[in-house]
Order: sequence, then C-alpha cells, then structure tokens
Amino acid sequence: MSTKKISGSEAVVLSLLEEGVDTIFGYPGGAIMPVYDLLYDYQDKIKHILVRHEQGAVHAAQGYSRVSGNVGVCMVTSGPGATNVTTGLADAMLDSTPIICISGQVHAPLLGTDAFQETDVMGFSMPLTKWNIQVTKVEDIPGAIAKAFYIATTGRPGPVMIDITKDAQFNELDYAYEKCKDVRSYVPRPILKMDYVEKAAELINKAKKPLALVGQGVILSGAEKEMLAFIEKAGIPAAWTLLGASAIPTEHPLNVGMLGMHGNYGPNIKTNESDLLIALGMRFDDRVTGKVDTYGTMAKVVHFEIDPAEVNKNVQSEVAVIADIKETFEAILPLIEKQEREEWLNQFKNAYQYEYEKVIKDDLHPEKEGLTMGEVVRMVNEKMDGEAICITDVGQHQMVASRYFKFKNTRSLVTSGGLGTMGFGLPAAFGAQTALPDKPVVLFVGDGGIQMTIQELGTMAQNNAKVKIVLLNNNFLGMVRQWQDLFFDKRYSSTELINPDFITIAKGFGVEGNTVDTRDNLESSIDKMFKHDGPYLLEVKVEKEGNVFPMVPAGASVSDIRLD
Amino acid sequence: MEEKEFTIITFSENSIGLLNRLTIIFTRRHLNIESLTVSESALHGIFKFTIVVKSTQSNIEKVVKQIEKVVDVLKAFYLCEDEIIYQEVALYKVPTEAVTQSNEIEMLVRKHNARILEITPDYTAIEKTGHKDETQQLFDDMKKFKVMQFTRSGRVAITKARRERLSEYLHKLDTEKLMVKED
Ligand SMILES: Cc1ncc(C[n+]2csc(CCOP(=O)(O)OP(=O)(O)O)c2C)c(N)n1
Repeated sequence: MSTKKISGSEAVVLSLLEEGVDTIFGYPGGAIMPVYDLLYDYQDKIKHILVRHEQGAVHAAQGYSRVSGNVGVCMVTSGPGATNVTTGLADAMLDSTPIICISGQVHAPLLGTDAFQETDVMGFSMPLTKWNIQVTKVEDIPGAIAKAFYIATTGRPGPVMIDITKDAQFNELDYAYEKCKDVRSYVPRPILKMDYVEKAAELINKAKKPLALVGQGVILSGAEKEMLAFIEKAGIPAAWTLLGASAIPTEHPLNVGMLGMHGNYGPNIKTNESDLLIALGMRFDDRVTGKVDTYGTMAKVVHFEIDPAEVNKNVQSEVAVIADIKETFEAILPLIEKQEREEWLNQFKNAYQYEYEKVIKDDLHPEKEGLTMGEVVRMVNEKMDGEAICITDVGQHQMVASRYFKFKNTRSLVTSGGLGTMGFGLPAAFGAQTALPDKPVVLFVGDGGIQMTIQELGTMAQNNAKVKIVLLNNNFLGMVRQWQDLFFDKRYSSTELINPDFITIAKGFGVEGNTVDTRDNLESSIDKMFKHDGPYLLEVKVEKEGNVFPMVPAGASVSDIRLD
Repeated sequence: MEEKEFTIITFSENSIGLLNRLTIIFTRRHLNIESLTVSESALHGIFKFTIVVKSTQSNIEKVVKQIEKVVDVLKAFYLCEDEIIYQEVALYKVPTEAVTQSNEIEMLVRKHNARILEITPDYTAIEKTGHKDETQQLFDDMKKFKVMQFTRSGRVAITKARRERLSEYLHKLDTEKLMVKED
C-alpha cells in the first residue's frame, strides 16, 4: 500500500471519498474548521450542504439514506453542534438508519477540562448510536472512518458518531485507506441455520390462517422481490408495519394493509384469528402489538430477523431464523408448498369493506364541510399515481398519509417511526430530494411539526430542492388533541395554536406557496404545486377537530380496535 | 417471575467507554448492579467483566442479548449461583490495641480462615476471601472492636462447566466468518 503525508482533515475527506460519499449535510464551527477548510478544496467531489440547524443536518442525512440505501453523512462542530444532533441519532437508532455523524472536538490535551465548547460527546452519544469513537490521534482517522462505515451499514444498520479532536485534524499522517471488512467482536451476518428454516417451512405449510408482518428489515436487506415470491407462493396475506410501508406495493392482491395503532381494521383484528404470525424483519413494537398479553392469542409466531436481540424480546416465537432475511427467503422458498388461501384472504377483503364504509369513505370522499387530510392525500395520489416519495412529519397527518398514500416502489415512505420525532419531516424531505433530485418528493406535515424545523426552508431554497410541502393545518397539535378528545374529556390543554402566516414565512425564505381552504380549489392548488419548478408550500386548511381512525387505544388489545 | 441472583460474564475488546456502554444497558432497565469486576482475561487483550445482578431469568436473557449486541463485546452469558465457583475479597482495618488486648480477634481470624496482612502500632489489616455472607459474618463478629475500615471487592467467578465458552466462541467466529466470506 502506498502512503503519502497529509493532514488529518484531508484524511477525513479522502476517507469519505473512498467510501463513496458525495454529499455531506452539515454546519461549521471552531472545532471542525480544519475539515471545512479542506472541503473548500474538494467542492467538485463532495458537495457540502449548509443547513440552518444541526438537527436539520442529521434528519436530512436520514432522509437521504432512507430513500437511497446509502449512508447519510453529517458534520458538525463540538459542543452545541454535537448536542444538536442527538434527536437524529436517537431517531436513526430506533429506525435502523445507517448514518454517520462526524463532530469536531476540542484539542486532545483540553479534553476533560471544560474547555470552550467541550462536551462529552462519547458519553451522550453512546446510548444513541450503534457505535461511537473519539479520535485523538491523527493516524487513527482512516481506520475509524472505515470501521464506522462498516458498522453503520452491515447487520442491522444504525447511526455511528465519530468525534475528532481539532489537533488530530491539524496533524499529519502517512495516509493510506483500507476498507474495513471485519471486526473481531462483531457478527453482522449470523449464519442461517437450515434446520430452523425447515421447521419454519413446516409451520407455514401447515398453517390455515397465516399472516405475514412485513417490517423494514425486508427493505434494509433489499429483499422485496424475495418477500413477494415467498408470500405469493404460500398465498399469505401480508400486512406491514409503518416502517415496512412500500416494501409491498399498495395494489398487490396480498397486501392487506397497515398494522398497528392506526393501521387497518383487517390486519389488526385478524391478528387474533390467525394461527401463524410470520414476522419478517420487524420487532413487535408496542404500537404494533397493543397489549402484548392479548396479541396473537391463537397464533404461533415465526420470526425472520437479523438481530438476535429482537427475538423473543416482546413476543415469544416458536421458530426464529436469525439471518439476513434475503437469505432466509431464498432458503425457504423451495420448501414452501404452493397454496391459495382464498377464503382467508376474502376475510381481509370483507374487513376492508367494513372499514371502508365506516371510516375510509368519509376520509377520502367526504361530504361534510371541512377538508379532510384523507382527501388531500387521495388527490396527491391521483396526480402522482404512486410514483412520488412520501415523507411525513409526526402526528395525525403521518398516520393518514401512511394509511392512504399509494406506494408503487420500495423506499417510498420516509417517516419517523420509532422515535416519533416532530420536526423530522422537513429536513428529511430535503435529504430525500437531495438523494433523488429528479423524483417527486411530497412532504405531509402538520402546523405544529413544521414549526420545529421550519428554518430548513432556507436550505431548500438555497439548493432549489423541489420538495412539495403539503402543510395540513388544523390549528392544533392534532394527535395530542385527539387523545385529549378521546381520553381526557376534551380538555384541550395547550394544544391549540395561533399560527403565523405560513405563506409569508415561506416567501420570506424564497419558497413559493399558496393556501387552500375549499374543496373546489383543492385540485387546482395541487396541480399548481406540482407544476411549480422548485420547492413549494401548499397550506391546506383542514377541519380542526378531525380524528384518525381506526385506533387501537394505547394499552388495549388489537382486537379492541375502534372505528369511531 | 421470581427474582434471582445472576452472574453475567462478558468478554470484550479493551475499548474506551465500553464499561459505560454496558452500564447503560442496566440503567435503562432500572437494574441495580450488585457487584462488578473488570480485568484482563486469560487471553491477552480480551477483558472480562463479571457483573452480579438480581432480576428475573427472562429479563436477564434480554439484557445478555443487548450486551452481546454491543459491537466491542465478544461474548456474554449468564450463570446461576450453582454454575460458578466464585469469591470476593474483603479487607478489614482494626485498631492494633484490640488485637493485643485479648486473643479474641486472633480466634476470629483462625475461625474464619482469614489472615493478617500487616500490623503497625496503630492498626492491623486483615484479609478474608469468601462469599459475601462469610465476609459479612467476620465483619459482624469484629464490630465490637471498632473496625476502622471494611471493604469488599466485586465478585470474581469461573464456570464449572466443561466447555470454555470464550475459546469456543472465538473458534466458531473464525469458522463462521470464513463461511460468510466464501459465499
Ligand atoms: C419533538 C416532539 N415533541 C412532542 C411530540 C408529541 N406529539 C406527537 S404528535 C403531536 C402533535 C403534532 O401536531 P401537528 O404537527 O400539528 O400535526 P397533526 O397531528 O395535527 O397532524 C405531538 C405534540 C412529538 N412526537 N415530538
């Protein structure tokens, strides 16, 4: 291996290039300035995007990664720069998103002295990351970056934080880069055990009422095709978790809808009639299971999962195949008997019909006065026909968008599932659009959440990211208000908002926009939004007190799903 | 499920902050660590953590999986009391006056299989190795002599089983990783 003498900062940049990075979301400051100085020289190879707040950088990196499958990279300074990424690290940790965050740190001799802008980055990022490292010696920089990429992307992916002291950035090293291929203590790809695959196949072949639960693991493994081959051969209805959305196209005949608290009626109610739940790269989050003791009461559980710690964590499985799920599908397919379970599938169709009459019809084709969130999503579907990428923030609009958005392609829903981070949407949409500049990216966001990271409109304008922002304004922190309505005697404690003029704000940032508050004008407003070449904010004034149904109340059984 | 005492043995790389990463796992579950010992294992460069906690079996199983998930951890497993041989060391500092006034302390040292480490005009240092109840008993027996200091170490433990899990694991790791690389 040939080496040459360069600065630590240059080693950072060259190492990132070796890993194929061409975009960094970040914000400069004292402790990371040496690297920023180098970025100036490498502008033709690495695009640095200046956000408006470090939280924006980390969520943008997440959005970038979620739609592209590549690592999202963000860069921040020490102290407040680093602490501002915590929410995004926690979010990426829960949603298994491979991102790398590089923070500058004070000079190594000053560590532990409460130096200016020193904070314990290792300490606070530890519980929020898959792995973290502090580099104090310049010669350790390439190795740390190589290891970071390896760990972030292999096995169950996750966020990695690299904290580099300023002296390490300044000092010189003999640079040579070698990709990391192995870490002794780390087994990212557990060996598939064929006897468990056989046991699983036996259960699946014998099952009368199997239900597949599609999680994000399928997407992360790139196993969408293999998953379809599996469920099609076995004739198994497939429901999906919030993060598993878009792994199976909306129109697929075996797609029976979303699981969980605001999921579809069928998959929730049938969970307790099924005799075999087949969990595919999902982790039985409490928002999916409701009360665990009354979950899957008639069912055995087969779990395909890469992370051994998820097996038997929340729900006990009969058989678990611990491996990369793509391999599992490939191994099991020949053992699966071809079956059609028409009668069982029809039960889901009936359940859907029931839900349609009770809930969906009025959501999508309302006759009442106020605009519903559902009809706005429907109208976007009519224009995009499943080709757009849907980004959401957190709240009622998130559930409505996930329920009703039409998915044709995988990786076309980006939402904060595990952490439920308000403020995620706007920067994540920006990151997604940066990864896929030619794809239509639609963000659904609430009037509460947009104000948490609204400054990133500036980033969108500066970079002409053509995100179409659909602000579903109900003048409330809607989801919290809904809970107050249902469970706290309508005592609307601190959930009503007096909002700014969003369009003026958008225009102030250089983003075009428009407000619509009538059904008659909805379609033309949406047309106008999609026609606009550039970022656009469409504020839709929706009914103030609409509730999202169905709903499995927190702590209730999936069987107790409410339709009103 | 019933709470019991478990000994969790963890082998890891010697990386900065690892102890922190491990304790976070316990803190998150509101588990109190009863005792903790860390030192280099028989294998050079590999560290051994011996952690004693009280909890339920199912909780401990989950905790151990979370520990194994930590990138720098090679192997973690838990053991019940009857599966290990373990000891703790206790040190006692008593006034030498109390030792010389009567032969009572000497008798206690004999009875408890303890030993005297150092005698100065002011104090006498005594050491006793054993289980917690045994070292506690000696302390209780000497209380009336005004013990000036008493300290007990964390647990050190070795397993009774034939199999040596770490070396087995390292061997398995080598072969499994080779298999992964081949395909
Ligand atoms: C950072 C953060 N703070 C608080 C919450 C709790 N929370 C969940 S949904 C919600 C209301 C969201 O309101 P809005 O953004 O207007 O969207 P809507 O529910 O009306 O669609 C709140 C406050 C959260 N998820 N994230």
